[in-house]
Amino acid sequence: MGRFKKDSKGGTPKISTASLPDIIFMLLFFFMVTTTLRETQLFVRTQLPMATEVQTLERKSLVSNIYIGPPFQTRVFGTEPRIQLQDQFATVDDIAAFISAEREARAEAERPLMTTSLKVDRETTMGIVTDVKQELRQVNALRINYSTARGERPGSGRR
Amino acid sequence: MARSRPELNAGSMADIAFLLLIFFLVTTTMDVDVGITRMLPPPIDPNAPEPPPVRERNVFVVLVDRHDRLMVEGQITSVDRLKEQTKNFLLNPTNDPTMPEKRIQEIPHLGEMEVSRGVISLQNDRNTSYEMYIAVQNELAAAINEIRDDVSKEHFGIEFSELRDQELIDAVRTAVPMAISEAEPKDIGGR
Repeated sequence: MGRFKKDSKGGTPKISTASLPDIIFMLLFFFMVTTTLRETQLFVRTQLPMATEVQTLERKSLVSNIYIGPPFQTRVFGTEPRIQLQDQFATVDDIAAFISAEREARAEAERPLMTTSLKVDRETTMGIVTDVKQELRQVNALRINYSTARGERPGSGRR
Repeated sequence: MARSRPELNAGSMADIAFLLLIFFLVTTTMDVDVGITRMLPPPIDPNAPEPPPVRERNVFVVLVDRHDRLMVEGQITSVDRLKEQTKNFLLNPTNDPTMPEKRIQEIPHLGEMEVSRGVISLQNDRNTSYEMYIAVQNELAAAINEIRDDVSKEHFGIEFSELRDQELIDAVRTAVPMAISEAEPKDIGGR
């Protein structure tokens, strides 16, 4: 007859930690798949406005970003909204060169599908945005996307 | 009998994976790009002939001034009421002669449809805040999307955003065009 062997040594049994790396790796892969690498460092604040009727930008590789907002370093750059293209501050006149460089980087067949995403701070006035839009029209970059956050506008129903 | 092999210590593996995980958490962003997509009008050709004027009854003037006040067809209004007013204008349910005309058009999958000839003309000042501008754009888009939903539900039984067949999507888009025209920039009421 078999007998249950009594655990001779006292104390808690060891928990196997061999599966812990697997769990962490799973988390890692999850984050790697769902996120995108941050490609530019922002110099301007772009707190996006809220909107409900939004479309998702499907193909990130066809999107060029234009950031407009007040600079973070107000002591150096002031508080007036500035345009940022890629890694540097720019003026409205730089947009034409930026768009043509972005076009060159894409395949010929994909160029008509390119979208310019305007990431504009909500407290910016429309003047600078209008200037940018006019410039985009001149260089025939007509598909634009006003980048917004998804959600109800805070304080709607107030006015 | 095989000799028992020494067990590999996998304890530090978790630390390595954690390190990688934290690296990715820091360097990546979670947000997906969403926004309101619009087509800008092509640049004006100076040699092109003047386009035929749009009749006054077909134009829905939406004006946002430098103090973020909203004016629709000459009357001060609020963002909350804009959607209803826009829908009423585009649908023109009572066939009011001061509201837009409708044109009977044969559309594949939908049959004969009354297509409104109404155009929304959005004008803003240079000092209008971007937040207000987006709020107005959002309400106008909401109005058009609701009309499209109604058409889609009536004919296909599902909402417009749930349509997957590109032909059906194009049919509804033809029946309810996204007719928002942005005026050439000008200063309204100075700086």
